[in-house]
Parts: sequence; C-alpha cells; structure tokens
Amino acid sequence: MYQFEYHKPTSLAEALGLLAEDADAKLLAGGQTLIPTLRQRLVSPSALIDLAGVPELTGIGRSGELLSIGAMSRYAEIIESPMVRAIIPSLSRTVEVVGDPLVRNRGTIGGSLANNDPTADLTAAVLALDATVVTDRRSISADAFFVDLFETALEPCEILVRIEFPRPSRSAYIKFRNPASRYALVGVFVAEVAGRVRVAVTGAGPKVFRELMFEEALQRKFSPEAVKDLEVSASGLSSDLHASAEYRANLISVLARRAVSAALNEPSHGI
Amino acid sequence: MPDVTITVNGQRETRAVETRTLLVHFLREQLRLTGTHVGCDTSQCGACVVHLDGRSVKSCTILAVQADGAEVTTIEGIGTEEKLHPMQEAFRQHHGLQCGFCTPGMIMRAIDLVDRDPDADEKTVRHQLEGNFCRCTGYQNIVAAILAGAIAMRNQT
Repeated sequence: MYQFEYHKPTSLAEALGLLAEDADAKLLAGGQTLIPTLRQRLVSPSALIDLAGVPELTGIGRSGELLSIGAMSRYAEIIESPMVRAIIPSLSRTVEVVGDPLVRNRGTIGGSLANNDPTADLTAAVLALDATVVTDRRSISADAFFVDLFETALEPCEILVRIEFPRPSRSAYIKFRNPASRYALVGVFVAEVAGRVRVAVTGAGPKVFRELMFEEALQRKFSPEAVKDLEVSASGLSSDLHASAEYRANLISVLARRAVSAALNEPSHGI
Repeated sequence: MPDVTITVNGQRETRAVETRTLLVHFLREQLRLTGTHVGCDTSQCGACVVHLDGRSVKSCTILAVQADGAEVTTIEGIGTEEKLHPMQEAFRQHHGLQCGFCTPGMIMRAIDLVDRDPDADEKTVRHQLEGNFCRCTGYQNIVAAILAGAIAMRNQT
C-alpha cells in the first residue's frame, strides 16, 4: 500500500469539507473492496476519509411506505434488521448472499452502490425495487444512478447518505454464483412495485441493467411461463474466462423464471 | 504517525502506526501476537479472522487506524494452554485440522457463528464458513468439530 492521510470526520458537513479540500482523497466505507484494491496498489489516494463516525449515514428506519437504509449500514445489520425482513424480505435475502459472513460484518450498502461493481448483488436490488439514492444534496432515481462500469451519477464531492426503498408487492432475487469467486456470474432481481414489474440483471454486462422484454411479458402475466419462450440476445453481454456472452444470456432467462417462481412463493409482504 | 489505542484480549495497547498498517500487521508485528495468520493477501482466505467489537472480521482488510478505540479478541485471547476454549478442544478432539494454518481463523469464525446461532445445523455451519478456506482437509472434521464445539459451548454456560 502507498502512504495516505487518514481522516475520521464526525459529521456529514465535516466529511464534505474534507472531500472538497482534497481532490485525490477517497471515501472509506466498509473497506471490503477499497482496502484490497489499495493493497494491490491499483489506487493511490492522497487521503482516506473514513465515514464510520458520521452519524447521518447510519440507521434503518421507516417513513410511511418507504424503507430507509443509511449508507453506512453494514450488511450484517441489514440482515439482522426485523424491519427490513418484514417490509422487503427479498432484500434481506439478497444481502445474505453478498460476499461471505466476514465481509458482511464490515461491508456497507452505500459502499457497494457507490462502487457499482458489475457483479454486485445490491445494485440489482436497488434497480429492480425502484429505490431512490439520497445524497447530501439531492435524490437520484435508481434508473439514473448506475452510469457505467464502476461509475455512478455521484459527483466527485458528493456523499451517498441513504437509500429509500418502496415496498414491493412481490419480489425475489436469484443469483448464479461463480463457484470460485462467489460473485454473481449472473443475478436476476424481479420485483413488482406500485403495479409495475421491474427486472434487473447484474453480472451479465458492464453494469446492472433492466431487461425490458421480460418486464413487458411479466406485466401482462406474472408467471414463469410468461417469460419461458423469450430469448435474450448475447449482444453487449460480458464474455470472459468464466462464461461466454451466450451462456450469460441463457442464464438471464433461466434465472428470471426462477426469480418469478420464487416471488410467487414468497409469503405476502407487509406488516 | 498516529497513535492508536486498541483493547486486545482485554488489555489496552497504544502504539504509533502508519495509516496504512493493517490490523493483522499491528497484531502480529507490533504486539507479537502471531496466532493470527496471513494466508492469501487478497482478502479471501479467512486465516486472519479476529473478533472486532464482538464480530468476526478479516483483520487483513481493516486498517489499524479504523480499529482505534475498538476491542479485539485474537486466538490468543480465548483460552489458555491449561484450559483450552471448548471450540479449541473440539478441534483437537475431532482432528479439525491438518497443517493447522487456517485453524485460528476457523476457530474465531466458529465461536462467532455459534454465539449468534447456538443451534446451527450442519448445513448452516458449512454456509457460514464460506469465508474461511482450508486447503488440506475437505472441511469434514472442521464441521464436525464446530458442531461438537457448539454443544460444548452450550453446556459451559
């Protein structure tokens, strides 16, 4: 690791001030991606701004029909939250398959979203559930948040504060893991939110995306049969040593069907 | 260099560290607690697992400065040579190791998982060991040891 300064602000205003002062500083959330990346010397920030002491970024709460999760909520906290499990059980279950238990004890939802790894699980949840990303200065819809490979709509000096999830009427996530890395080779999150079906796919391309053809079919009839004969084009999908684009395309269809079945079998939402 | 104060195995330790010092190197090199191992250098293997404020974490993926003010328990802090922790004893009894390199991380992970889920079944134990690699044993005896250790830990309290 190269040398860097370390700051641990105790308020959002202080964190924003530190970030504005130093263009080469990086925010540190749970560190489960950033620290391995630092160790490989793939990044060399001038300073790390540790967000673990910023109270505005913590807490899981409910306001009306929205579930609000602070950006610095660690995966383990989300899994253990009875409120998350009661309002959006599919979200609890998605977080349960992120990384491994040790990573889940440190990693945060905000860190994962801001990193926008093409194989992340939570990006699919946020996109399918039509969540809103709230920063220190604005609200960004999930559709606008994920811009490109490891790139989000966040400005250089903007801090992700919390994520607000509407309650879906049904939803499920199915992940097909790379057996070695345990990352999603492909993951499909299906949700019905406010009467609209949304299907988000992770792992298959440079960033999480919606599969509109599936959404339209499921909008007409929410059943695995509705998407049975739909073929996904391999064009634009990732092809690497783990899987070809064609293989990933096929997985999207298979996992979408399984996700629809799982969503139909899920005990009814709500408390 | 900043000073950090970390309570390690019940003892407050203050040391000057580089900001880039990892918690595992703080433990091994500055406190000479070498029971916590570095296996992979890529945050994958779990040989470096310690408890940080009561949760099992990879000490190779946390900076020492992040742990300032925290409580850390390492493999040296759970039992004595005369009286092993029940989980250590279970690993011994069930031969839950071969070369032993992954064992400290396995035991620290196992204690945390049993603390949180005392009735974990075999499937759960296997699932919960996803972040700990053993390259010798095929996990059979490790899982057997953890299931036995869980019973022993229950009987102890």
